[in-house]
Amino acid sequence: MNINLTMLGQLISFVMFVLFCMKFVWPYLTQVMRERQALIAEGLEKATAAEKQLEQANESAAVELEQAKKQSAELIAQARNRANQLVEEAKEKAKEEAEKIILGAQSDIDQEINRAREQLRARLGELAIEGAEKILESTIDRGIHQEMLTKLSAQL
Amino acid sequence: MTGDTLTSDQYIQHHLTNLTYGQFADGHWGFAHGAEDLAEMGFWSINVDTMFWSLTLGFVFLFIFMAAARKATTGVPGTLQNLCEIAVEFVEDNVTQVFGTRPNAIIGPLSLTILVWVFLMNLMDLIPVDFIPHAAQLAGVPYFKVVATTDPNATLGMSFGVFVLVLYYNFKIKGPFKFGAGLFTHPIPHWSMYWFNFILEIVDMIAKPLSHGLRLFGNLYAGEMIFILIALLPFYAQWALSLPWAIFHILIIGLQAFVFMILTIVYLTQAHETGEH
Repeated sequence: MNINLTMLGQLISFVMFVLFCMKFVWPYLTQVMRERQALIAEGLEKATAAEKQLEQANESAAVELEQAKKQSAELIAQARNRANQLVEEAKEKAKEEAEKIILGAQSDIDQEINRAREQLRARLGELAIEGAEKILESTIDRGIHQEMLTKLSAQL
Repeated sequence: MTGDTLTSDQYIQHHLTNLTYGQFADGHWGFAHGAEDLAEMGFWSINVDTMFWSLTLGFVFLFIFMAAARKATTGVPGTLQNLCEIAVEFVEDNVTQVFGTRPNAIIGPLSLTILVWVFLMNLMDLIPVDFIPHAAQLAGVPYFKVVATTDPNATLGMSFGVFVLVLYYNFKIKGPFKFGAGLFTHPIPHWSMYWFNFILEIVDMIAKPLSHGLRLFGNLYAGEMIFILIALLPFYAQWALSLPWAIFHILIIGLQAFVFMILTIVYLTQAHETGEH
């Protein structure tokens, strides 16, 4: 082994390579690695947070669903009650109306009957007079027999 | 085997010799052809093969990582970016464990460069020992060592680079006074032993870059040596040894690159420590 200028040459190229590495290799690669590390850490953190959020969302969704079910059941029950009530009211009203109608009709009928009776009564008086005239072959003096006629029609 | 004309001795010698360019004693420049030429050239010569492979592989490293860095995305990374991020993350983990989280712009890229560059240079050891030297010989190049880290010039060059940084941080963090005082007072804090402390600390300081560089060199040199020795066997028997050794060597390659990097981090950490340890 003989030491010669090669050692110096080697030293110079060594320094040169180290400088190049320092300037063009090391900073870029280490920076990229740091940035990726940060990215991955951030991603993992976000994933954890998202998982937690999902869990919470699932829980709240379940709670809300439960509430909605309860509410809808209540609404249905209320609606059913209301419907029943309406039907009852309608029935009541209809009954009242029917009764009213029946009462009205009854009074109409009564009036008709009274009127008919009046007419009948009047007609009967006349008929009775006519009959009596024919039987007696003479006119009945209304003035004389008025009292009797009125008694008669009142009996009818 | 490169040929029948070579003895085993010459073959081994050939594979362990760098392609060296320098000035001969008579003044002309050229490639060395043997040990005498090398001795003649002395320090002022350069191992062309070492420089070629280390520069090529350094650029391969930069090319791959810069391509990844340019297209880097914080989203889903591609295969190349993934590969580079694995390396960066591995280096960052080691730096954080040893050096801590003190802000320092240089220790990360420095460690990454060392890890990948040394790994790539070591990796050349897995190419069968004769492929590239033989091809080079056919092209008229007499010697061509492929593994740059089996050249002590390469490993010591890097370890001295680290050493300079260590000295720089010692001065910067501790200040020249405290750093200088530490050389005298360190293991035995008594004035009568200051001279002894100084000798110890100087030896310790010089031993660090030397052992740092020579450890890598020694491991890879020995590994290469064994590949060369295996290559001396008859061709039908070589696989029985070279295969297990190559598989084992995959571990050595990565491990030595890692050790070189971790020692760099440790030395720089020591340079940053101000308190007693």
